[in-house]
Amino acid sequence: MTVSIGSRAGARAVRPPGPPPPRRGARTVLARWDVKLSPYLFISPYFLLFFLFGLFPMGYTVWVALHDWELLGTREFVGLENFRLVLTDPQFWNAVRNTLGMFVIATVPQLLLALVLANALNQRMRARTLVRMGVLVPMVTSIAAVAIVFGQLFSRDFGMVNWVLGWFGVENLDWTARRWTSWLAISVMVDWRWTGYNALIYLAAMQSIPRDLYEAAAIDGASRARQFWSITLPMLRPTIIFTAIVSTIGGFQLFTEPLLFGNGDMAGGSLRQFQTVTMYMFENAFRRFDYGYASAVSWMIFMLILLGSLLNFVWLRRMGGTK
Amino acid sequence: MRRSHRRLVSGLASVAVMALGLSACGDAGSDAGSDGTVTLTVDTFSTFGYEELFKRYEADHPGIKIKHRNVVQLDEYLPRLEQWIAAGSGAGDVVAIEEGILTKFMASPDKFVNLLDHGAGSLKAGFLDWKWRQALSPDGKYLVGLGTDIGGLAMCYRTDLFEKAGLPTDRAEVGELWPTWDAYIDTGRKYAAEVKDSKFVDGSVNLFNTILAQTASQSAGYTFFDTSGKLVADSNPPVRSAWDTTLRIQQAGLSAGLKSFEPSWGSGFKQAKFATIACPSWMLGVIKENAGAEASGKWDVAAIPGGSGSRGGSFLAVPKQSRHAAEAAELAKYLTGVQSQIAAFKARNNLPSSPQALDDPAVTSFKNEYFNDAPVGQIYARGAKAIKPLYLGADTNPVQQRFEDALLALEQGRLAPDAAWEKALDDAEREAR
Repeated sequence: MTVSIGSRAGARAVRPPGPPPPRRGARTVLARWDVKLSPYLFISPYFLLFFLFGLFPMGYTVWVALHDWELLGTREFVGLENFRLVLTDPQFWNAVRNTLGMFVIATVPQLLLALVLANALNQRMRARTLVRMGVLVPMVTSIAAVAIVFGQLFSRDFGMVNWVLGWFGVENLDWTARRWTSWLAISVMVDWRWTGYNALIYLAAMQSIPRDLYEAAAIDGASRARQFWSITLPMLRPTIIFTAIVSTIGGFQLFTEPLLFGNGDMAGGSLRQFQTVTMYMFENAFRRFDYGYASAVSWMIFMLILLGSLLNFVWLRRMGGTK
Repeated sequence: MRRSHRRLVSGLASVAVMALGLSACGDAGSDAGSDGTVTLTVDTFSTFGYEELFKRYEADHPGIKIKHRNVVQLDEYLPRLEQWIAAGSGAGDVVAIEEGILTKFMASPDKFVNLLDHGAGSLKAGFLDWKWRQALSPDGKYLVGLGTDIGGLAMCYRTDLFEKAGLPTDRAEVGELWPTWDAYIDTGRKYAAEVKDSKFVDGSVNLFNTILAQTASQSAGYTFFDTSGKLVADSNPPVRSAWDTTLRIQQAGLSAGLKSFEPSWGSGFKQAKFATIACPSWMLGVIKENAGAEASGKWDVAAIPGGSGSRGGSFLAVPKQSRHAAEAAELAKYLTGVQSQIAAFKARNNLPSSPQALDDPAVTSFKNEYFNDAPVGQIYARGAKAIKPLYLGADTNPVQQRFEDALLALEQGRLAPDAAWEKALDDAEREAR
């Protein structure tokens, strides 16, 4: 939208060659301002809102993180003490470990599955639009509903998963008791919700790959699999980087699924088996009411996301570069 | 190709718009309506048995509307309440305060309306003395809350499962089975030998909390924190003895391993997965709600092993942030009045904190139909006036949660007993920091 408005304004400003430009009247000044300032005016609502609800809170969080700041009681400047405590806090590193673990278990199969799904949806078939919309259905279900249903599926005494496992002699597995079982259950929840979304993004990207590439490959005798590996995948590289980064950000902010999996237990299990970093941040802010410490934790999360996205980016670029 | 792509995108957009519309959320405020009616919001947790009283109050006070907000789990309710009170907005006009967090609020009484300013002083005789003093500032000039209920103790059991195990089902005989917790464990062993598809007790969490409250009120008078607010979890004998008793019950294989107030605990009631549960008076309403109509007449109430004690109990207070403090104070006074306490007892068996209500024939002769006509009034009210108050430190709730976590980890077989005890103490220290 801004592009079309900008170009129209530009067209007005550029005068056709020929007669000399008129004197610099008020109209011209206004027109110049229009060209220079209008685009900023048009995009300003987003940036104003971003400043108000994004940038300012972020900056303020730094300020809070430098204090011993409790809900009730004193607010004392303590410098980097909170950050020092976070770095040596075993509960924090436990949460980091859980988050990374669930991120890997959830994201890798999710993106692979999405790729396969997108490839399948890209074929000619009946009721194609319906099927394509269908993969998005999990996305529009309320996240709380998803978590509650899956929580019941994975329940120890009366869950359907355990009922099925019972046929194979596994009795009443407590999915919340162990790290890997809880991670697995939560990852299934995450994948159920996000695989279709990523598949659609891949599908959109696949459709922009020129047909003639495939035709040329077919003439050269390349099989479908070969076409997928040698044409589709390299052409999807920017999209894969995008989904990987978005998934990284989402993965580091994983909150609702593990929270509801533990029935609202902010500590994430009896031994914090599935407490993520955001849950840990929330626990400090709204259970212990230690805002200073919680702010320090949230800045650590920010750093982790930055680091994770950067690593992803570099790694995926490298991988593509060698091809 | 292009066209279908665009159609796909517009489809996505419409779906997204729908999702946004669906996620619109409500807001709870209390405001005078345009016609002059005042809406009072009341915040409670678990079950208070006030539904009928609200209706009656609205009928008697035409200008008042009552909006009831209930949170089932105390663990969820408390931080929310704490935040509302500290932030100075969001709380209802009348809020229920559980005894575990009262100490914290007593440290900043100015966040609440002084009920003595609203004529509550004349009601003093309507409450057990210790209950009255718990919510009163040390100088006696500031009253933060009015007592609702106290948590007399008993043991609930399922008669059908006891019959299956060949145990007596009469409540007097059942009470005689277990004068002590050791005798309770022995009974449990007999039960476990006969019945295989259900356990003897619901889980460690409820058991530990009850035994701790019981033994602490019989001895030290405090639990994790002493009366000066110092964390004494490692040195206060009732904590260790409650832990050890719970551990022995676990190790005897008697526990169903369910955590109180979780959905699986609720379905445990429905599926008859356990035969006994330690039940403070307020637990009767919880059992009825969870076990449902199918289990009517199957539960009964007997004496608890180890003698009397109190666990839980609440207060009603009016936060200063309320815009209708005078009306809210009137409502709080009404809900904690003798007649209302009797009504709440009849509705949900919350044991009154008023001596007059405890002596009232309507309470003492009350039989609970759901619990096989057990004379619950007599069972709970009998020892109620002899109950000694329990001092709970400001961080009792989070510390208690860490003990519950350690017990759960033990039950899940993830920690050895000694390691679990050490972990509970370490984590408790962290919470009390």
